[in-house]
Amino acid sequence: MGHFKATHEMDVMIEETGFDDHFHDHHHGDKYQSSFIGHYIFSMDHKIIARQFLFTGIFWAIIGAAMSIVFRLQLGFPEESLAWLKPVLGKWIVVNSEGIGTLAPEFYYALVTMHGTIIVFFVLTAGLSGTFSNLLIPLQLGARDMASPFLNMLSYWFFFLASVVMFYSLFLSTGPFSGGWTAYPPLSALPQASSGSGAGMTLWLVSLTLFVVSVLLGGINYVTTVLNLRTKGMTMWRMPLTIWAFFVTAILGILSFPVLASGFFMLMCDRGLGTSFFLSEIFIEGQALDYIGGSPILYQHLFWFLGHPEVYIIILPAMGLTSEVLSVHARKPIFGYKAMVYSILAIGFLSFIVWAHHMFMSGVNPFISNFFVVFTLIIAVPSAVKVFNWITTLYGGNIRLNSAMLFAIGFVSMFISGGLTGIFLGNSAIDIQMHDTYFVVAHFHIVMGIAAFFGMFAGIYHWYPKMFGRFMNETIGKLHFWGTMIGAYAIFWPMHYIGMAGVPRRYYSFETFDAFAHFDDMNKFITISAIVVFAIQIMFVINFVSSIWKGKKMTTRNPWGATTLEWTTPIETGHGNWDGKIPVVHRWAYDYGKDGKDFIDQVTPMAEGEVPGDH
Amino acid sequence: MATDTLAHTDQHDSKSAWDGGERPFKASYGKLMMWYFLLSDAFTFSGFLIAYGALRFSMPSWPIPDKVFSSLPFDIHNKPLYFVTFMTFVLLFSSFTMVRAVQEGQRENKKGVVNWMILTVIGGLAFLSCQAWEWNTLIAKEHASVTTNPFGTHVDSGVYLDAKGNPSDEVFNPGDTYLIHKITTHAHGAAHSDDHHGSGHSADDHGKEDAAHSHGAAHYEGAGDYPDAYVDERGFIHRKYKVLNSETLDPGAVVHEPFGPKAFGALFFFITGFHGFHVLSGVIFLIIILVNVATGLYVERKNGYEMVEKIGLYWHFVDLVWIFVFLVFYLL
Repeated sequence: MGHFKATHEMDVMIEETGFDDHFHDHHHGDKYQSSFIGHYIFSMDHKIIARQFLFTGIFWAIIGAAMSIVFRLQLGFPEESLAWLKPVLGKWIVVNSEGIGTLAPEFYYALVTMHGTIIVFFVLTAGLSGTFSNLLIPLQLGARDMASPFLNMLSYWFFFLASVVMFYSLFLSTGPFSGGWTAYPPLSALPQASSGSGAGMTLWLVSLTLFVVSVLLGGINYVTTVLNLRTKGMTMWRMPLTIWAFFVTAILGILSFPVLASGFFMLMCDRGLGTSFFLSEIFIEGQALDYIGGSPILYQHLFWFLGHPEVYIIILPAMGLTSEVLSVHARKPIFGYKAMVYSILAIGFLSFIVWAHHMFMSGVNPFISNFFVVFTLIIAVPSAVKVFNWITTLYGGNIRLNSAMLFAIGFVSMFISGGLTGIFLGNSAIDIQMHDTYFVVAHFHIVMGIAAFFGMFAGIYHWYPKMFGRFMNETIGKLHFWGTMIGAYAIFWPMHYIGMAGVPRRYYSFETFDAFAHFDDMNKFITISAIVVFAIQIMFVINFVSSIWKGKKMTTRNPWGATTLEWTTPIETGHGNWDGKIPVVHRWAYDYGKDGKDFIDQVTPMAEGEVPGDH
Repeated sequence: MATDTLAHTDQHDSKSAWDGGERPFKASYGKLMMWYFLLSDAFTFSGFLIAYGALRFSMPSWPIPDKVFSSLPFDIHNKPLYFVTFMTFVLLFSSFTMVRAVQEGQRENKKGVVNWMILTVIGGLAFLSCQAWEWNTLIAKEHASVTTNPFGTHVDSGVYLDAKGNPSDEVFNPGDTYLIHKITTHAHGAAHSDDHHGSGHSADDHGKEDAAHSHGAAHYEGAGDYPDAYVDERGFIHRKYKVLNSETLDPGAVVHEPFGPKAFGALFFFITGFHGFHVLSGVIFLIIILVNVATGLYVERKNGYEMVEKIGLYWHFVDLVWIFVFLVFYLL
């Protein structure tokens, strides 16, 4: 061991019960982190990479949310002048002779498209799973780092490149891609189809292809790390639910993103080489184009084969984080640990055989729809198992209502509300009325947008001390929670009614629809709520950033009294995570309130005659 | 690096390999990662092949591979699938040499590894060369491209017209595949068919001499309507025929051969191209690892020839994919 001398009681325990992997014999002087660039920029340390993902995710979240405010202004207040936005949006605000500025319709579509793309891929995939998989997988498993730190670093930098390309596309004179985040052909396949279909779509494709590479590099790393690098005693059934969630998420990514990539490659050929994979018999301005025999539905199949697992790629990590936070702050073992694991696995499996429920109205065979209806509704079973287990975990708990816990409980609320409307939409018959209305918008924003953000917030508040050695401000945190919770329902609850009345999504203006005129006030209300919620998120970002330097310092290693391994490392966790030996795990991750003790961490050996908590 | 920790789990006392501190599949992280990469790559190819199936079976007709892929170098024609069989054999044989390289690696025999890897590289390059020749034949000689498919298949029965516009003795049946030739302009200025050897490059069935076509080639002077053919602006000679029996056309109607389904060329070049790109990357990585083996890098690192094994996994995967590509494009 050389220089390391254990002084902290946890270090002493690890020195006594852990095992020596001679890690520090090989890594004298930390050659990987010697320079600033090696430490903070091209870092191979999973903890730094996690923070890089988080910062980039927050950056994109601000941009994506700001975009939604702009198009909500158009929807809520179509008559008001937006001329004051001209300094930011330039020519996309068209100012008439009276000085009234309106949002250009083509840019409205671009904003909607970019909002979806950015939030789904860059924030809730990279920012959520990228951050917490990186941070927690090695720490909670008792590993020194990821299986391949180098590929892990590449994973971030491919994401960074994807971000740069997408960001660049926002400034094109023809605007970014504007055909919807699903990029259906022909809008995505014909460069002349709309203003964003040219260079904007090209950059969109390049960016997301880079993003697929990033997801694959990350996912392969996560899966391998979980399988190969668990410390002694960390059986699969002793892994915290966070790890199970990240593990299944990574598998979903490995299996679904390549199919998206194959669709993208064919789309590139249609755009660049004149092939007709997804195009057939198209007329533009009376001119017949030279495309024949392709199938736009084929693209939809390829896209949604990713697209559906993708929503679970987003929600599973949030579920894992929620499970962990609920258990820690309720001071109770998670209820039904094995049922939780099996339901994660079941959701993962089912997510691959339900994709066509996004296509009920695309002209797919109604008999095939039946199949997808049945499997879609079956997903309600494992989802309900999880919800009931979360609620039962809370029942009789010694609950600490801090920001992390509030957001975890908020996650459960959002997941129930959004999940219930999923049962409507999963029925192909009801979907005839509901498809492409604001009902769908409300459904998926609550169940995978807000819910996933809540899971992410719970994770950020809970693991902030682990990442930065300080706490975030609790008062602002609680304000953040209540504002977001009430605000999010204020935004999306009314949308259900609008949607049921048949108001279609993605429309720039409803002026010509007399039937929808009486929703004007509701639209105003939604827009105002959205602005308030946006302001509250800015408050969160300020809290997040300022706490890095000004937050209350973390004085003990394990401030939450959690059982998992990440809290056994020193406050200043260096490269390799543990200064001396690697801890050995003797019990499952949820020994709370056992044998009269508040908690027993996973490192503590079983006492004589003690019955395991997970028996 | 963090990952060499597992080399030191000596006094291990747990019962199952899944208890932590061990590699459950007895595979290093690198090998596992290669497997997962291959799994994801398999899904990419599955996406392509499913797209292939969806597009192909939505078409009324599809070129018959026996007719399309029947050329050999040195102007030999009407040898269906001979060439691709050779290509496939070359690739499979390179898989065998790869296995031998891995085996020699396990025996710590550096010279053996080097020799068998060189053979594997040669096999990969030979396959790529074959593919280049095949693409060249299709593109330069038969004028197929991602947007044009000169290989059509009759869905009717009919009889071709001769140079005077009368029915010839050339009768075809539904399912017969034809090749639409192209006129080319030679240095002396005369426009004529590029297809003077007359065997019809395979596409005309049963190796029947394309008599009416080759002797009349010289009389096409650019785009236009001729008694026996319609020549389009790009110089493709669509031969005319009189319909004998058809589900859609009246018997006796005179029509010209349409192009085959566009998707054929697009899918063929795209999927075999993507596979060829995999072979090319494989060859490049094989060469890099070969150099590392030859310079003794792996002996120095004392982790055996695991890199050879990993690239071996990749190489076999590329072979396996080819079997599927071979199946759908050349056999079905």
